[in-house]
Amino acid sequence: MDKFTTHTGVGVPLKRSNVDTDQIIPAVYLKRVTRTGFEDGLFAAWRNDPDFVLNNPTYAGGSVLVAGPDFGTGSSREHAVWALQNYGFKVVISSRFADIFRGNSGKAGLLAAQVDEKVVQRLWDWLEDNPGGEITVDLESRTVRAGAGEDAVEDSFDIDDYTRWRLLEGLDDIGITLSHDDTITAFEVGRPGWKPVTA
Amino acid sequence: MGKTLSEKVWDEHVVRSAPGEPDLLYIDLHLLHEVTSPQAFDGLRLANRTVRRPDLTLATEDHNVPTVDWDKPIADPVSRTQVETLRKNCADFGVRLHPLGDVEQGIVHVVGPQLGLTQPGMTIVCGDSHTSTHGAFGAIAFGIGTSEVEHVLATQTLTQARPKTMAVTVNGSLPEGVTAKDLVLTLITHTGTGGGQGYIVEYRGQAIEELSMEGRMTVCNMSIEWGAKAGLIAPDQTTFDYIEGKPEAPKGADWDAAVAHWKTLRTDDDAVFDKEIELDASTMTPFVTWGTNPGQGAPLGASVPSPDDFDEPNDKVATEKALQYMGLEAGTPLREVKVDTVFVGSCTNGRIEDLRLAASILEGRTVAADTRLLVVPGSVRVRLQAEAEGLDKVFIAAGAEWRGAGCSMCLGMNPDQLAPGERSASTSNRNFEGRQGKGGRTHLVSVPVAAATAVRGTLSSPADLTPIGA
Repeated sequence: MDKFTTHTGVGVPLKRSNVDTDQIIPAVYLKRVTRTGFEDGLFAAWRNDPDFVLNNPTYAGGSVLVAGPDFGTGSSREHAVWALQNYGFKVVISSRFADIFRGNSGKAGLLAAQVDEKVVQRLWDWLEDNPGGEITVDLESRTVRAGAGEDAVEDSFDIDDYTRWRLLEGLDDIGITLSHDDTITAFEVGRPGWKPVTA
Repeated sequence: MGKTLSEKVWDEHVVRSAPGEPDLLYIDLHLLHEVTSPQAFDGLRLANRTVRRPDLTLATEDHNVPTVDWDKPIADPVSRTQVETLRKNCADFGVRLHPLGDVEQGIVHVVGPQLGLTQPGMTIVCGDSHTSTHGAFGAIAFGIGTSEVEHVLATQTLTQARPKTMAVTVNGSLPEGVTAKDLVLTLITHTGTGGGQGYIVEYRGQAIEELSMEGRMTVCNMSIEWGAKAGLIAPDQTTFDYIEGKPEAPKGADWDAAVAHWKTLRTDDDAVFDKEIELDASTMTPFVTWGTNPGQGAPLGASVPSPDDFDEPNDKVATEKALQYMGLEAGTPLREVKVDTVFVGSCTNGRIEDLRLAASILEGRTVAADTRLLVVPGSVRVRLQAEAEGLDKVFIAAGAEWRGAGCSMCLGMNPDQLAPGERSASTSNRNFEGRQGKGGRTHLVSVPVAAATAVRGTLSSPADLTPIGA
């Protein structure tokens, strides 16, 4: 996984709440056996609508999605994270993420930055005044920033310490766990014999 | 201070715990299916890793599989490739697989319990959010993403921050004809889709204790629909009776040792939950969704709400968007909503008890002229049991389509999909936009409501049906 320290990119307002993973990528797009190529399925139903934000050339190359509350609810499909990444998103900002989506983002290297609902609104307002404007997301200082001067938006975001550390270092979770192999083996010795096995 | 049930199960599985780090949790059972596992196996190959405990891993084919002509090659080449990839991965890494055509094939969350692999006090994960189903047995069970699937394959553990605990106490008894599905839909509308976020929820109280294992699975299945990490129910005699004699259940002295331990899996009297919710089952009625998330529901006897009925600006906008997508007018009685397709099945309501209930309502009746009823058993075992009881004949005589086992129209990854604008009453778990097919409109319902709706062609409960012989 690549290290994530800070990112600056075009902010894309997605003014919807409860954006579930079936909206992020419908099930019919989940049939690939790779981690790439899911960008075509991203928000597939909405992209037929010419007024949908991703069809607006102002936001071409957008990489910071600013979404309403309860983003990523529903299915556990990590394809939702891959689809956002394959399209070019590096960060999603929302006031509330579904647990599994947040976990998947941390594992795959997409930054899920949780901010106060008011900050989402201020970013939306700022993007309305500054369409195509860039947002900076600094993981080291846990801040989001847009614009300069009086109209600037700057606030902190929440991310758990462990995920932040892993993203900053670009660490592979499995590698970390395998360094505790002896502890796992010791635990296995103590498991009751009546626990079921499949083989 | 005592411990809650989920704290007891969690603590029994902590391999390693360190300040400032999530716990490293041991996983007792890892279930796999074709959609969320291929990239995980690829990751193992790239890093030259093996599956640490193939003997704690089980795979089945469910999301993509056709429910007709299951003895022929899968027609969709992309679906076929995904299923064949699972077969190759299981063969390469030594994982037990129940493929299409096998008598144990079916929806992964139906297969685990019916094999007796799902037992109290276990940790169970799967790359599928409805893994919460297994919590009905007093297990901590939750859905994971593909990176985590790879992590469990390689290490048989997961790094997990300890969730907060919540109790949902459902007092009183459910009235006649009101089911576990109505209970959980009522709960989700009460809490909203994010109400359980960050919590492991224990469902308790008289109404929960009175549920069968099938009903408990329906409730736990939908834990994820209100955002909970997992949902579980303390094991009791109902649980033990269900497990005893299943193929993979403990036998002899092992059974006695297991039951002795399972009986300790109860929340201590002096344990404290981080949050508590109480509901009264005796006031519950058949409940259906009108919107595009499972929290947008109302009693069947109510009318389609208006955006003005909500105080929160986000709820107003969400309601407006939902009504537009669903093609519904505020104020329309829900009983007048005309339905094109009825789907009985899924990991929520595709077990034998569900099919018996549907058949008991459909017996001697016929499906409305311009309505389609699809009955999809959750597993091959459920299908065979239903056929042994003659339920298939009841469905076919009523004009329903009797299908093979799989996820089917719950998510429309196989050919069982809604057409754009088509409206369904579905016993499944999600009414998201396009969930059952692009442009499809879904109302989530219980099994009795599904069966009655199929007969009348509009959202209905069995109470709306003309008595047979009358």
